[in-house]
Amino acid sequence: MPKDGGIGASTTRREDVRFLTGKGKYTADINVFGQAAAIFVRSTVANGVIKSIDTSAAESMPGVLAVFTGEDFVDVGGNPAGWLINSRDGEPMKEPKRPVLAHGKVRHVGDAYAAVIAETEQQARDAAEEIIADIEELPAIINMADALAGDNVVHDEIGTNQCFDWGWIEDNRAATDEAIRNAPHVTTLELVNNRLVPNAMEPRASIGTYDAAGDSYLLQTTSQNPHLTRLLISAFVLGIPENKLTVIAPDVGGGFGSKIYHYGEEALVLAASKKVGRPVKWVADRTESFLSDAHGRDHVTKIELACEKDGTFIAFRTTTLANVGAYLSNFSTATPTFLHGTLMAGNYTVPNVYVNLKAVFTNTAPVDAYRGAGRPEATYSIERVIDMAARELGMDPVELRRKNFIKRDQFPFTSAAGLEYDSGDYDALMDKMEAIVDRKAFEERRKASEAKGKLRGLGINAYVEACGIAPSNLVGVLGSRVGLYDAATVRVNATGNLSVMVGAHSHGQGHETVFPQIVADMLGIDPASVDIVHGDTSKIPFGMGTYGSRSLAVCGSAMVRATEKIIAKAKKIAAHMLEASADDVDFAEGQFTVKGTDKSVSFGEVALKAYIPHNYPLEDIEPGLEETAFYDPANFTYPSGAYACEVEVDPETGKVTIERFTACDDFGNVMNPMIVSGQVHGGVVQGIGQALLENTTYDENGQLLSASYMDYVMPRADDLPFIAVSHDGGTPCTHNPLGAKGCGEGGAIGSPPTVVNAVIDALQSGGKNVTHIDMPLTPARVWAAMNNA
Amino acid sequence: MASVTMTVNGKSVSGEVEGRTLMSDFLRNDLRLTGTHVGCDTSQCGACVIHVNGEAVKACTMFAVEADGADVATIEGQANADGSLNVIQQAFQDHHGLQCGFCTPGMVMSAAALLKENPTPTEREVREYLEGNICRCTGYHNIVKAIMAASGQDVSAIAAE
Repeated sequence: MPKDGGIGASTTRREDVRFLTGKGKYTADINVFGQAAAIFVRSTVANGVIKSIDTSAAESMPGVLAVFTGEDFVDVGGNPAGWLINSRDGEPMKEPKRPVLAHGKVRHVGDAYAAVIAETEQQARDAAEEIIADIEELPAIINMADALAGDNVVHDEIGTNQCFDWGWIEDNRAATDEAIRNAPHVTTLELVNNRLVPNAMEPRASIGTYDAAGDSYLLQTTSQNPHLTRLLISAFVLGIPENKLTVIAPDVGGGFGSKIYHYGEEALVLAASKKVGRPVKWVADRTESFLSDAHGRDHVTKIELACEKDGTFIAFRTTTLANVGAYLSNFSTATPTFLHGTLMAGNYTVPNVYVNLKAVFTNTAPVDAYRGAGRPEATYSIERVIDMAARELGMDPVELRRKNFIKRDQFPFTSAAGLEYDSGDYDALMDKMEAIVDRKAFEERRKASEAKGKLRGLGINAYVEACGIAPSNLVGVLGSRVGLYDAATVRVNATGNLSVMVGAHSHGQGHETVFPQIVADMLGIDPASVDIVHGDTSKIPFGMGTYGSRSLAVCGSAMVRATEKIIAKAKKIAAHMLEASADDVDFAEGQFTVKGTDKSVSFGEVALKAYIPHNYPLEDIEPGLEETAFYDPANFTYPSGAYACEVEVDPETGKVTIERFTACDDFGNVMNPMIVSGQVHGGVVQGIGQALLENTTYDENGQLLSASYMDYVMPRADDLPFIAVSHDGGTPCTHNPLGAKGCGEGGAIGSPPTVVNAVIDALQSGGKNVTHIDMPLTPARVWAAMNNA
Repeated sequence: MASVTMTVNGKSVSGEVEGRTLMSDFLRNDLRLTGTHVGCDTSQCGACVIHVNGEAVKACTMFAVEADGADVATIEGQANADGSLNVIQQAFQDHHGLQCGFCTPGMVMSAAALLKENPTPTEREVREYLEGNICRCTGYHNIVKAIMAASGQDVSAIAAE
């Protein structure tokens, strides 16, 4: 049993109180004295040459303080890609410059080419209407295959729309081809992984404040990783030294990847603040978010699964086109490669895997990591083709997976795609899922649905993913331009309470509650006496922020290491106080005790001694009690799961309803089960959204047809049932001190194929020869598939 | 510019607004009541739900001048008189019905309006009532559970964990 409020307790969240009473402080809620407002002018065409921009009328509008165009930023840097990918022939990827404001050309609808700063937002908006841009529209490059085939290019200076042509693992290509050529059975599936918009409920916002007295800048912004944003602005874009730039990400209303990246608007408000001598605030509206936030997914894939007649897997081979949009967002090149190709062996002992992936520029918004980031694409391809193979071979889909699972005693296991999975028990997850689903009872439920004229299907799925990306030495070899450690500083204050400064950023994950649970558990103190400080580069150590399910596994580990240092030092101080040797002092439940005696001092007494060091061995021990640790993980963590979904399909309309959903996950050791369940619920529903509802649609001219909540279908409460979640009894991660695996993305990774497998099962049960439908499985698509079958 | 006077969370307030000023902007910018959030431009997301004369209204859908003389309640006025969370707010905390917190004010205000007109709603009724409130974090599971718990129903059997 967990200690009160310690590791493993479902402690309710302390941050909830401010959010429930309207006292959260999101960037748009902050008003700085004297602030002016920024409005961006965005391209209405997907591809065009900027012939001229006449700003004179706008500049004379009431309240206008300044107007910026791309011309104002030609002498500053660009927003870089964070990961260099080399093509199969060794050529480095093509890296076009991504300017603060478009210059020379606009490259997607929503590409900002001007900005107006005015006294009020309405004045800025009115003036923006008066900017006259002469933009010569060019044919839009939207479809990836056309982009690779034609002469029309998004970036003239690189002369091709192919960013790179990547092979993983290139040395395995010939063997995989050979294995597939000779295989007794090959299942082939062509599929689309639909483009999504992350849609955090809080639109992006930024406030730039320049302080002339100190020649310094403050950026308050909607970021998942303020230090990374500062680094990008300082080292690449504006060249402001880091000691002159503070970045604060206050309360942030969800990210899901879209707020990892540095965006041009952040640089603009900083530069504008210096020019107009006032703080400058920008808040996106929702349509701007649709047009300019980094999107997710957007793969077109052909996958082949070769197997023996008995279902033993021989090889997976995929060819994929991955859309990167008009510019390279910061992690856009890592997402389809090292977060996707490396997972293409799935949960299986398959000996041959080869992935070919071409990244393609198009006249669309940049595409980057969105919840799951590459792993949902991998899992979808693998688990869909396995389901199809099971049907072709006449095998049960659960049994086919079990037949090929890596078994518990095979860990650590190096997959054919090159990752070393440290721990897992995929059969146990499948056992648990099958027990909850009760397939015999499913047959009864199917009959009940059929009696109502509905088709019922059961879809199942297994996933493994890699998160908490690491270690820095390895990712550096693979092309990463950043390290992937994190950091924490544990400051014990004089009266025994703690401030813990962490590099991770909480924007819904509950760090303010969970991180104190861990530290308090280690120190044997009340969690209420521990507070987390995050999101402010002037207060926290240099950490890489929150994305890729890394907060607990990476930053949490740094926090554990720093707390261990605190205990080690406190033990020395206690030993002095107790007139004993440090080796003879035990620490438990907040008390330092001399072994075999009743002599003890409390943690609080030691803290006070550290700050009032009278009668203190100053020659051996520094005063104070504050420690920092940087933690660089030895490996990814590898969460896994077994999911099941039951759907009803209305054969009259093609409408799919989710009747039951079961998610059994292995996240290793769980710190707060309530919060982990919440992460799974949210991830699963984002995956259901991808499978049934959400689609980002550009027409052939590059107009975004789904740029509002009236056109882009977000999951609503009435689209969903309650979700059965189980994550107890996981296999601990073997290489981090908490034994924890990341839990933020599993739901979004495991759920899309589960839903699609269920719909196909329903249609097959109704005698329809439908083997695949591309997501989202809207009524129109399902009805068309049924009626063409 | 037009003058408006209204009661907000029990206090009389007044201001000068443009005809085009939205109620959400009046609350956020003029009254500095930033708990009412704006998450979309099309009255879809529901983060800005407030009560006007006892009815749930999306504050981005009305002009401030339309609220002249009205009795308005926002998230800032929902806690009990002693500052403790009210029944709905407490249920959201107890059942982890929020993550990033951005949609939360609208969810709480919608839940209050629902429970006023339907004190013990079924799961289906809660889900249908929330059709105009979008949450990206929770998958709605714990929001629905919290609202049912706030209505006094036993939610301990909901979905195995």
